[in-house]
Amino acid sequence: MSTWSRNNGALALSAAATCLLVGGTALAFLWVPQDADQGFSQKIFYLHVPVALTAYACFAWGAWKAWRLLSRRQDRYDLESYTAVHMGIIFGVLTLVTGSIWAKISWGVWWTWSERQLVLFLILFLFYSAYFMLRYSLAPGPARANMSAVYALFGVVLIPVSFLAIRLAGTLLHPNPVINRDGPQMSASMFGVFCVCLAGMLALAAALYRTELTGKRLDARLRELRELLA
Amino acid sequence: MSYLVDVATLARKDLRLELRARDTVPAMLLFVVSALVIFHFALPEESSGPAAVGLLWIAILFTALLGLGRAFMAEREQGLLDGLVLAPCDRSAIWLGKTLSTLVFLLLVEAIALPAFALFFDGSRIGPAAIAGVLLADLGIATVGTLLAAMASASRARELLLPLLFLPVVIPLLVGGVGAAVEPDPARYLGFLGLYDLIFAILSWASFEYVVTE
Repeated sequence: MSTWSRNNGALALSAAATCLLVGGTALAFLWVPQDADQGFSQKIFYLHVPVALTAYACFAWGAWKAWRLLSRRQDRYDLESYTAVHMGIIFGVLTLVTGSIWAKISWGVWWTWSERQLVLFLILFLFYSAYFMLRYSLAPGPARANMSAVYALFGVVLIPVSFLAIRLAGTLLHPNPVINRDGPQMSASMFGVFCVCLAGMLALAAALYRTELTGKRLDARLRELRELLA
Repeated sequence: MSYLVDVATLARKDLRLELRARDTVPAMLLFVVSALVIFHFALPEESSGPAAVGLLWIAILFTALLGLGRAFMAEREQGLLDGLVLAPCDRSAIWLGKTLSTLVFLLLVEAIALPAFALFFDGSRIGPAAIAGVLLADLGIATVGTLLAAMASASRARELLLPLLFLPVVIPLLVGGVGAAVEPDPARYLGFLGLYDLIFAILSWASFEYVVTE
């Protein structure tokens, strides 16, 4: 990695995230026509769904780094995997919050078990919270790196399996889904603005990831230097 | 071939230990029967049969947790695991041996728990499909549970950590098991359980080595 990209990568990503998110939000509120069915409240779609997809992307990135750790045996992947999962859980909590707000506005309840994505995110939240518990109760070192990596890999396998399970359980409890979010087909303008928001959210996650990683690496280096001096 | 011999030796070691000390299976048995009695008082009088099936599954999962919490206790406390890791056998054989012994414990407990459930609650709920669901879920519980128990036993939190790691991962097993018992068409749920077992058995088998080595 060149020095420029190391120093300014996070800055450039932050700038891109700001432009895309501000632009996307402005377009969503001012340009895209109101949803015929849900009206104004549908605007949260441009925040909620990109946040959810970004959370998936972070978990997948964390698992990819975990895979690299196990196959390449390089220490740096441990920190990268951990930081990605950390970002994933932040976006996951945001998904739960925005989804809950949307549920309240659309259906009048803060929580509904028939909304599969929300249930999935609740399970993922529990799963990745346990990831942090596991990490913090192990002594730092290669053993912790390995176990965290194995657990992070379990996560990406658990996502589709849990989704399938929630679908099965959904038909078990609600033979005819009353609530269906797919509803009206998306128009071209909606989809375009959605893509802008998604790109902005991904850029934001990447910027946060880079910044967090730089900070953590600095911490680690500082600790090494302190130990050398002591 | 020698791999299977290693696995059998390791599983036999666990079973012999249990046969001599008898400190896991009797506790699991007592726990599952106590749980069923508790559930009778927890369920309102007019509650439905399917609700009781759900409680049976909770009892099975928590009983399994009780057993899994002790699965690697001897290995970790006596430093046996280091010896096993150094032994000239594939590390995944350690996992498979432990999975087999856990499975035997679970089956022993369920051989009592399911008749007890049929006796205390609605016996007609325990059909062939429900039993097939329990057996398939046992495989999943043993495979995933053994891997997670190995992780938890290495941590400071130990027994505290295992349920946190274990419960989110076995939610699909609960869905499949309950579905197989209460739905008119259990084939889909049994198929799903089989799929889960296959995926997580492969994953656990392949990744166990990293859990016990540095």
